[in-house]
Amino acid sequence: MSFVMIFRIAFKALSRNKLRTALTMLGMIIGVGAVITMVALGNGAQDAIDSQIQSAGTNMIQVSAGNFAAQGVRQGQGAASTLVPEDAAAIAEVEGVQYVAPASNTRGQMIAGNLNWNAQVQGTDVDFPLIRAWPTQMGAFFTPQDVATAAKVVVLGATVRDQLFGPDVDPIGQVMRIGSHPFTVVGVMAVKGQSSVGQDQDDTVFVPYSTVMKKMRNITFVQQITVSAASATDTSGTADRIAAMLRVRHKIQTGDPDDFMVRTMDEIAAVRKETTQTMTALLSGIAGVSLLVGGIGIMNIMLVSVTERTREIGLRMAIGARGRDVLLQFLVEAVVLSLVGGIVGIALGYGLSQGLTAWRQWPTSISADAVVVAFGFAAATGVFFGFYPARKAAALDPIEALRFE
Amino acid sequence: MSTVISVKSLVKTYVVGEVEVHALRGVNLEVQRGEFLAVTGPSGSGKSTFMHIIGCLDRPTSGQYFLDDQDVSRMSKDELAAVRNTKIGFVFQGFNLLSRTTAIDNVELPLLYSGKPMKGAARHKRAMDVLQLVGLGDRADHHPNQLSGGQQQRVAIARALIKDPSILLADEPTGNLDTKTSIEVMGIFQHLNREQGITVVLITHEHDIAEYGTRIVSFRDGKVVADKLVTRRRLAQDELAALPVASAV
Ligand SMILES: Nc1ncnc2c1ncn2[C@@H]1O[C@H](COP(=O)(O)OP(=O)(O)OP(=O)(O)O)[C@@H](O)[C@H]1O
Ligand SMILES: [Mg+2]
Repeated sequence: MSFVMIFRIAFKALSRNKLRTALTMLGMIIGVGAVITMVALGNGAQDAIDSQIQSAGTNMIQVSAGNFAAQGVRQGQGAASTLVPEDAAAIAEVEGVQYVAPASNTRGQMIAGNLNWNAQVQGTDVDFPLIRAWPTQMGAFFTPQDVATAAKVVVLGATVRDQLFGPDVDPIGQVMRIGSHPFTVVGVMAVKGQSSVGQDQDDTVFVPYSTVMKKMRNITFVQQITVSAASATDTSGTADRIAAMLRVRHKIQTGDPDDFMVRTMDEIAAVRKETTQTMTALLSGIAGVSLLVGGIGIMNIMLVSVTERTREIGLRMAIGARGRDVLLQFLVEAVVLSLVGGIVGIALGYGLSQGLTAWRQWPTSISADAVVVAFGFAAATGVFFGFYPARKAAALDPIEALRFE
Repeated sequence: MSTVISVKSLVKTYVVGEVEVHALRGVNLEVQRGEFLAVTGPSGSGKSTFMHIIGCLDRPTSGQYFLDDQDVSRMSKDELAAVRNTKIGFVFQGFNLLSRTTAIDNVELPLLYSGKPMKGAARHKRAMDVLQLVGLGDRADHHPNQLSGGQQQRVAIARALIKDPSILLADEPTGNLDTKTSIEVMGIFQHLNREQGITVVLITHEHDIAEYGTRIVSFRDGKVVADKLVTRRRLAQDELAALPVASAV
């Protein structure tokens, strides 16, 4: 029998029981759709990290307090209190270091006039715009003087300015409140847009780190120190020197673990990539389970179909169908189920990925590879789960099948 | 005349649990080309079992079966399927048509399993020809549930004929039909037997239906107990002409 004919028969048989066919396909559609979406999310996150490293510059070094790798109990980064502003000053003296900015962050309710807004408050230093290559569009960043005096001055991210003062309004010199503290607006940052992970980078304000420490949180330590190495090629060497210097400063005995962490952008990226890879694998695994369930659904319905059509099988055999013809007929039916389900599932996965990007700003990326693999997987599912019912059909005895009630 | 079917000491034993059922206990029979053989016998005498074996749907427990001088007992499953497809046409009591499939598609079915596939248009034409032969040319696109029992049986006959078989096997083809429709179906069989020289093996437990054949073989308890030529053969054509109202089926 020709293949065209076999497919025609399969389509006809499937269209006879439309609801059942649709429900069986739904299992495949959800499975393949989920796999495609999860892989797209994973790939998107990977791409995002890549581009983030690109934009952050490879000469960035982050020094954070605590060392969860050594402490067994995993604490949030910056939860430890071992980094102090003096460490930042010392780091600035290390060979190869260009810029240094300690960070001490908080959140706060912001009020200007009758408008209010809640955003992140980043306490940082004057080097911050240089490290991030991020200029102001109005006014200027705060000064070393402001940092030294823990002045209540604030530089607004574009989104916060829009929310509190309105778009394109010049708020320089205005007084606003963060929590209960009055701050004077000294600048507005240029629009940066979304970060690689879909966060609005303009939804934040910058104040001197000393202000956050002394006036807002009443603490003596900083969460993090961001460093920029003078040369991209000497980044890891610089990082090593910072670590060695900090061990001496923190009086850590030989053999004891660090109470801080120094990581270059490459290392941070590697860790984050590994994390997203694990996440992707996990999510794809879960999605794969739904694909498996879809496959079992196909097998189930094919078994029902073989039983229902026992007389038909007997008849086909009586008029000359060989075992292999019957096998092929049912196998093709299963594969058509899984492939049509797979194609719709790919479309669904594509739509879902695009939707997530549009709605939640999650980066997604659908590669041709993923589509081909999903398609192949769908076909394989059909063959794998269709084979047993098809073989059962082919092994029927024609007379018994004809007699079947 | 040449021998089409030749069986020697045919035995078929079914084993159901501990019990052995002897469906055929040594059947010897020869059927010549062009014969219209009627097989009769009481229920359970082994008629259907016999037909399944000569139709290559089943294998004997022992004994030999030559079809066109070929030893069928030695054939593989696929070879048997090919024999069923090319040499034998089956007509069952229950019609066995695919529901929700048009008459013409049902008739075309055996062509799909031939060794040399035909083009769609050629298949269609051939199916139309045989449908016309059984007088159903105008019902080609009807589904089985839109046809009367007699019409459904004619579709089944058309399907049995489409591959130009040399043997037509019919197991109680009139079992579900009324008297007049039965005569019509017998008319088709007699026509095919006479005009196309097709060998017909008809299984029936009704003696008057058996008399449409040229020879009657009687089974009892898995054995042939009588084998005689029909002296006063019934002719469906004449009987139909004599009926008060002309058939419009
Ligand atoms: N698959 C089977 N398993 C066990 N016994 C069987 C099987 N098929 C047939 N038989 C037995 O073989 C014997 C002959 O059966 P067969 O169907 O050939 O009779 P038959 O002459 O066609 O009867 P009927 O006129 O009622 O159709 C019966 O006793 C029957 O019970
Ligand atoms: Mg019978």
